[in-house]
Amino acid sequence: MAIYGTALLSACLLLGISLGRVLGMLLGIDADIGGVGIAMLLLIWVTEWMHRTGRLKPSTELGITFWGVLYIPIVIAMAASQNVVAAFKGGAIAFLAGLFVVIISFALVGILVRISTADQNEIL
Amino acid sequence: MLQLFEIVLIKNSLLTAFAFIGLITYISYLISDKLLYGLLHSSVVAISIGLILAYVGGVYSEGSKGLADIPLLSGLGIMGGAMLRDFAIVATAFGVRMEELRKGGILGVASLFIGIFSSFMIGITVAFAFGYRDAVSLTTLGAGAATYIVGPVTGTALGATSEVIALSIATGLVKAILVMITTPLVAKYIGLNNPRAAMIFGGVMGTNSGVMAGLAATNPKLVPYGAMTATFYTGLGCLLGPSLIFILVRALF
Repeated sequence: MAIYGTALLSACLLLGISLGRVLGMLLGIDADIGGVGIAMLLLIWVTEWMHRTGRLKPSTELGITFWGVLYIPIVIAMAASQNVVAAFKGGAIAFLAGLFVVIISFALVGILVRISTADQNEIL
Repeated sequence: MLQLFEIVLIKNSLLTAFAFIGLITYISYLISDKLLYGLLHSSVVAISIGLILAYVGGVYSEGSKGLADIPLLSGLGIMGGAMLRDFAIVATAFGVRMEELRKGGILGVASLFIGIFSSFMIGITVAFAFGYRDAVSLTTLGAGAATYIVGPVTGTALGATSEVIALSIATGLVKAILVMITTPLVAKYIGLNNPRAAMIFGGVMGTNSGVMAGLAATNPKLVPYGAMTATFYTGLGCLLGPSLIFILVRALF
């Protein structure tokens, strides 16, 4: 049943957000630390186990994958509900800080990716 | 008759949003395929159209949620809100291999710290150049360069002025929007074509919406890996901003 997959997905996210909140509380801030990441790990663990033990039926998978493929449309809706006006009104300081941070971050990603592939080649 | 139709659309706002986004997706496909000959991926076109419409909606309604502030399209706020977004993003993790995550693990964590500290530094430098000298404003504006959530959280914790907090949110928004649009264009030059690189990218950029939309338009298979690290960024930034980073800034200025 597809609802099993959707229910499992919901349970993972609810548990993940709760654990993220607990983690935040332990560190003294009122925010969720990595809730979505924890939920993703939970889902991977549980579905890998179900797959190994033959419990993962195609209809169950459907209840998960359906939401996964809706991801891009949801992102488009998210883009359409951003406060773009405020971003423009921020003026030069917001624009320059945003621009510089993106340029330098892209450069950092490039450097780190190169380091990581160099590492891998050495091991091989 | 027209009014009756409008009432139906408003009452079923989430369905209206689904239909509306479906239409935008189709128009984006036409623009990408027929007009631009595949030069820009249709997701990039769709996200850009979304952002332009968000601007138009924001000007028209004078609200803060873009197109979602127009009653007819209020369902966009639900569809693109945190709950469904996180739900769908977790669903994309289905099929991710644990082994890939383990391989990218340490670099992912390292990239988180590198990303947070470099973002703060750049934000603080720009704020300094614009004449800000007090540690509270500098840290808050630095936090805005991390994400548009770290900015106001840090600013509120430190007691920054509302003008500075608003600026920090604007900075984070500019970052998110730029990442959304430019990631697919830059991807091939920085080697962003494998799970490990996506984890590094998520950790360094951190801005959830930017990372997720940027990767979705680059290669949907990479989305869960980038999201995995990016999701820790905002929390970690909220933790380090008002504490360690503020103490460092105060010691310097």
